Amino acid sequence: MPQKEIDKAVAGEYRIGFQVDIEADTVPPGLDENTICFISAKKNEPEWMRDLRLKAFSKWKTMAEPHWGHVSYPPIGYQAISYFSAPKNPPQSLDEVDPKILEAYEKLGIPLEEQKQLQGIAVDAVFDSVSVKTTYTEELNKHGIIFCSISEAIQKHPELIKKYMHSVVPMNDNFFATLNSAVFTDGTFVYIPKGVRCPMELSTYFRINALNTGQFERTLIVADEDSYVSYNEGCSAPTRDENQLHAAVVELIAMKNAHIKYSTIQNWYPGDETGKGGIYNFVTKRGLCLGDNSKISWTQVETGSAITWKYPGCILKGDNSVGEFYSVAVTTLAQQADTGTKMIHLGKNTSSTIVSKGISAMKGQNTYRGLVKIGAHAQGARNFSQCDSLLIGSECGAHTFPTLECKDSKGYIEHEATTSKISDEQLFYLRQRGISEEDAVSMIVHGFCKEVFSQLPMEYAVEAKALLNLTLEGSVG
Amino acid sequence: MMKIENLKANIGSKEILKGLNLVLEEGKVHAIMGPNGAGKSTLSKAVTGHYEIEITGGDIVYKNRSLLEMSPEERALEGIFLSFQNPVEIPGVNNAYFLRTALNAKRKHEGKKELNAAEFLRLMKEHLESLGMKSDMISRSLNEGFSGGEKKRNEILQMLVLEPDVIILDEIDSGLDIDALRAVSEGINKMKNGKRSFLVITHYSRILDYIKPDYIHVLKEGKIVKTAGPELVAQLEAEGYESIEDENQ
Repeated sequence: MPQKEIDKAVAGEYRIGFQVDIEADTVPPGLDENTICFISAKKNEPEWMRDLRLKAFSKWKTMAEPHWGHVSYPPIGYQAISYFSAPKNPPQSLDEVDPKILEAYEKLGIPLEEQKQLQGIAVDAVFDSVSVKTTYTEELNKHGIIFCSISEAIQKHPELIKKYMHSVVPMNDNFFATLNSAVFTDGTFVYIPKGVRCPMELSTYFRINALNTGQFERTLIVADEDSYVSYNEGCSAPTRDENQLHAAVVELIAMKNAHIKYSTIQNWYPGDETGKGGIYNFVTKRGLCLGDNSKISWTQVETGSAITWKYPGCILKGDNSVGEFYSVAVTTLAQQADTGTKMIHLGKNTSSTIVSKGISAMKGQNTYRGLVKIGAHAQGARNFSQCDSLLIGSECGAHTFPTLECKDSKGYIEHEATTSKISDEQLFYLRQRGISEEDAVSMIVHGFCKEVFSQLPMEYAVEAKALLNLTLEGSVG
Repeated sequence: MMKIENLKANIGSKEILKGLNLVLEEGKVHAIMGPNGAGKSTLSKAVTGHYEIEITGGDIVYKNRSLLEMSPEERALEGIFLSFQNPVEIPGVNNAYFLRTALNAKRKHEGKKELNAAEFLRLMKEHLESLGMKSDMISRSLNEGFSGGEKKRNEILQMLVLEPDVIILDEIDSGLDIDALRAVSEGINKMKNGKRSFLVITHYSRILDYIKPDYIHVLKEGKIVKTAGPELVAQLEAEGYESIEDENQ
């Protein structure tokens, strides 16, 4: 099959790159103490929060941007970014939400009006820097579940925020996490009380709309003993020629017997085929299995962003705790992804599973970077890792950098890796049965991703499949 | 049904078919026999539009159209089916999902209603039983980890479901034990309806005991050198391909 045809088949069009014209309060570009105090004041934050931000900022000034990732990009002008943008006149209720914002979310397929929503999914929507609307709050309150914007949580639940924020990703963890600690604008907070199984899927949708703004959201999820929650995150941005920075921090804490399932469908604007525009996605996500028998599962489908730099990981502290990472990362056009996971085994009989599927097409570069560490006291710890790469065409690349450290002589680590190309013979076989070339490519790719998609909640699996089709098919026909 | 006229085809820079002529008659079984390297598989690839083949001369006319201008999928939708000699494995692609997609592509092409999952499964159940296939075969990944015999039965299953007009069987008997050979042959014979044409490509005469040919064509050095009735099989068995002279010269 000629390369031209393949490229055509995989050059998906970014279909949610629209921009909405909304009056916004945006601070001028630049970052100093005043910017941080401005953000803090805008959010009516208590003094302790503002002081934490300033502390992070002074640390950040001493740090250097990391460049060990297998990605390349021009220097980021941190002073050229606007660190806060909010739709004017923040809404008090759904009736007051700017109809244009509601329309924007409708276009994305996320109607905020509760009656129209998918049954059983509560949504927190973050537009640029502020949370616009959280749905189903009352229903969740009945169970004692807290699901609100992080700004609201700072005001209403300071004891929980003080206790858990920075407890998994320390303030000085890395350059981007520290930047986030200084300037984070909004995000989601979830608390599931003891013994509660969250009755619906919780979901946050992030949208960057304003020009030249960064999005720095912060998510904190605490699952108390014997609880369960399934949380989903989605994201998108308008099509623009400029690069935009997204540096989020996500912290998960699972107490004894608790289970957190965290799914991400990441579809930030990827830039064009020459590498112009797109989101720089530098994200720190980490879960702490604090209690015995706790479990944290990360599932991610990454199709967007010009550059992705993220390693959702688990610290398996409680005995018998379980960490899982299922990932599909697609790089096409001129996208670069350096992604993977960290599994840190500290407790006894802890186990982790890593299934990573990288798909590269056109000039996409896909890197898996993983760390599996088994500590000296983690007797009986086990890990299974499987990293598969699929190449479509000849200009793309796949790279794997696994690191395995085992301090316990009885630890058990298993690593499998494969790299394959969509073979002409496979395509021909399907086409000989009357299946179009485009559908044949899609079928082979979906087959490759099957193990990961099967981990997503049903509605999101459907969305992920559709998204993969959009990303890889696009312009044909 | 199909007319192959003076067909010349290369693989890479090597000329394999050197002016091949063949007429497939409606409702007839044509066997293509010949020594290794004569171009038997190349012929099946040329008819189906395989990516390795470069056609350098001649034409294949099917339903009053030149096949050469049609994509592989278009040829398939127009009723040309190839049972592959070595069916490729496609991990993670569910066998039933694949086959329903293929069937619905064809039904759509013919202006028929697409089958839903339940209707498709009913259809599937019948065919699986007749081929002696385990029902879990259709929930497995396409050809992945299938034994040689399972792969061939799966090819025949696809043929039964897709109901093609021209059926090309490339070495269908290779790697089959006697039970599998019988099941596969029964499947093929069931497809005979006086309209469908069969092109049976084989090294050995064994399969022809099960699928009775109307014509035997001997393919040597890129050309059909002899066409005769089924009685030719006995001569080939006794004397080999060496004895066959090009009757066109």
